[in-house]
Amino acid sequence: MNIIVTVKQVPDTHEVKIDPKTGALIREGVPSIINPEDKNAIEEALRLKKSSDDGEVTVLSMGPLQAESTLREALSMGVDRAILVSDRAFAGADTLATSYTLSMAIKKIERYDLILCGSQTIDGETGQVGPQLAEWLDLPQATHAEEINIQGNLVTVKSNFDSVTRVMEMKTPALITVSNRINKPRYKHMNKVLRAYRDKAVVTWSKEDLKLNPIRIGLNGSPTWVRKTFVHSHSRDGIVVEKPAANCAEDILDFILEKALLKL
Amino acid sequence: MKLCYQMDEKYEMIRMAAREFAEGEIKPVAGELDEKEEFSVSLTQQMGDIGLFGMTVPEEHGGQGLDYISYIIAVEEIARVDGSQAATLAAGNSLGIDPIDKFGSESQCRKYLPDLCQGKTLMGFGLTEPNAGSDAGATSTTAVKEGDSWVINGRKTMTTNANTPITKGSIVQAITGARPDGKPDYTCFIVENGTPGFTLNTMKRKFMWRGSNTAELFFNNCRVSNDAVLGNPGDGFKQMLATLDGGRLSIGAMGIGCAQGAYEAALRYSKERIQFGRPICKQQAIAFKLADMELKIELARNLLYKACWLAENKRPFGKEAAMSKLYCSEIAREVADEAVQIHGGYGLFKDYDVERFYRDQRLLQIGEGTSEILRIVISRAIGC
Repeated sequence: MNIIVTVKQVPDTHEVKIDPKTGALIREGVPSIINPEDKNAIEEALRLKKSSDDGEVTVLSMGPLQAESTLREALSMGVDRAILVSDRAFAGADTLATSYTLSMAIKKIERYDLILCGSQTIDGETGQVGPQLAEWLDLPQATHAEEINIQGNLVTVKSNFDSVTRVMEMKTPALITVSNRINKPRYKHMNKVLRAYRDKAVVTWSKEDLKLNPIRIGLNGSPTWVRKTFVHSHSRDGIVVEKPAANCAEDILDFILEKALLKL
Repeated sequence: MKLCYQMDEKYEMIRMAAREFAEGEIKPVAGELDEKEEFSVSLTQQMGDIGLFGMTVPEEHGGQGLDYISYIIAVEEIARVDGSQAATLAAGNSLGIDPIDKFGSESQCRKYLPDLCQGKTLMGFGLTEPNAGSDAGATSTTAVKEGDSWVINGRKTMTTNANTPITKGSIVQAITGARPDGKPDYTCFIVENGTPGFTLNTMKRKFMWRGSNTAELFFNNCRVSNDAVLGNPGDGFKQMLATLDGGRLSIGAMGIGCAQGAYEAALRYSKERIQFGRPICKQQAIAFKLADMELKIELARNLLYKACWLAENKRPFGKEAAMSKLYCSEIAREVADEAVQIHGGYGLFKDYDVERFYRDQRLLQIGEGTSEILRIVISRAIGC
């Protein structure tokens, strides 16, 4: 079974602060990490590979050249191959241009039975790239997987949505986005870290390596732009009621009923 | 020679890998194991599962094939979370695995290293005796050759990892004769647990490293075959000195890890703790303590990494190893002490990790060469 896992390098949002004036992320000094759910996708790919007879796991990322460290981390977890799609022409891509570019890289990889993605990233949080990728490649898809079983070319995917559990069956090749509840990503083995740096390469593909339609990539291929980011303010105008406690309660109840916050 | 302070990204990945494991698996149980004075087979084997044992052993011997600095970084990261597991790891690697890898015969390497390097087994290193601590020359354990075997008599004490459920045995140094100059001849033996005449006693009621195993070893007409000799008869003293030089680097790493863990805890606490209307880190008395802690850790780490670089490049590093062990362990004491001070009364309770760091650091100025002995080593190296 050959599996492609798409990954993204993201800022560790536990460490991120937002500039209150500009609304922009303060990236300086913030470590970059593999998007957490992409790590679940890598873990699941390695698990599925182990239970099938042969095949390999390839990680694929689009991003600036420094995203190579993210791919080295994936190699340290034990994946076989790493490909970074990187070109200045891809800058400013929204989810549509990103998924298009990734789909063209996947077409170049050719041999695959399964594509696994994290359900969403912790920076953009759109959850769109996986499903869009399936559309570009005309593949069946299942999202937010919490369990994947494969028998022959039949894939069964279980997902939970609040109180609803959905079980889907698809034929390979297929695309699945995974939830962080699907598994616990493995710790990196020291010798695999060594091998990731000594024995393996991160292959870089630029725009020339892919058969791309220029109007579909980068800023040109992006119908959405971020107009503004801002820090949501939680401040509210308070109402101060200065009366004895018993009368206060009555006023508060009136207020709640008036605003229809509660029905009696 | 060029000066370069940028480390390869590989080392950062080693650090990240060890840190994720330490925070994910060791941190949640470290306090409890310490309190119960309990050695964890499961944590030891998990450390083995991610390749923390045999880090510098070549891959063809079943090791991880990494360099010394990678190993030091890993020990540092485990010690940043828990001194006990770092002790199991550092002793396992530097004292249990390293001598076999360096001095063992091909068949000894094949017999012991694969399991040791996977954390399936552990090996102790018996050197200290009740009356031979800093004065290693006072060793009285003997081994007498009888035909194709040796008969060992004597006693070792304070041997890390020697009596766990997964311990395979211990490397034991004994007097095997006299040199022409009258000084004793030493030989190291690999003695497996369960060998008739070899008994063990786990030493309890320790004040630090309570989640690690420490044992006394008793030899009463314990007979081992000639195959148990590590390297060649008479090489024991040389082997011990080389092993201790390497071991000192790992104790240095434990000092830095302990200091780093205590410092980070203190820094975090100082930002949360409000007194006199503002966080205590904004008050100069505390801010200066934190600045000094950061400074000391930075200095110590630079010294230790330089010593590792010397070792890795096969240059003499005995003086630098002694300096690293001395300095890293002394700043561990100073930093852990101030970390408790910054925590105030709370730092005296087991609910806060600094209480454990404060106890665990105390061994570092004693084990594998006391601070006083290290000053002798350094002063001799500079011609005093």
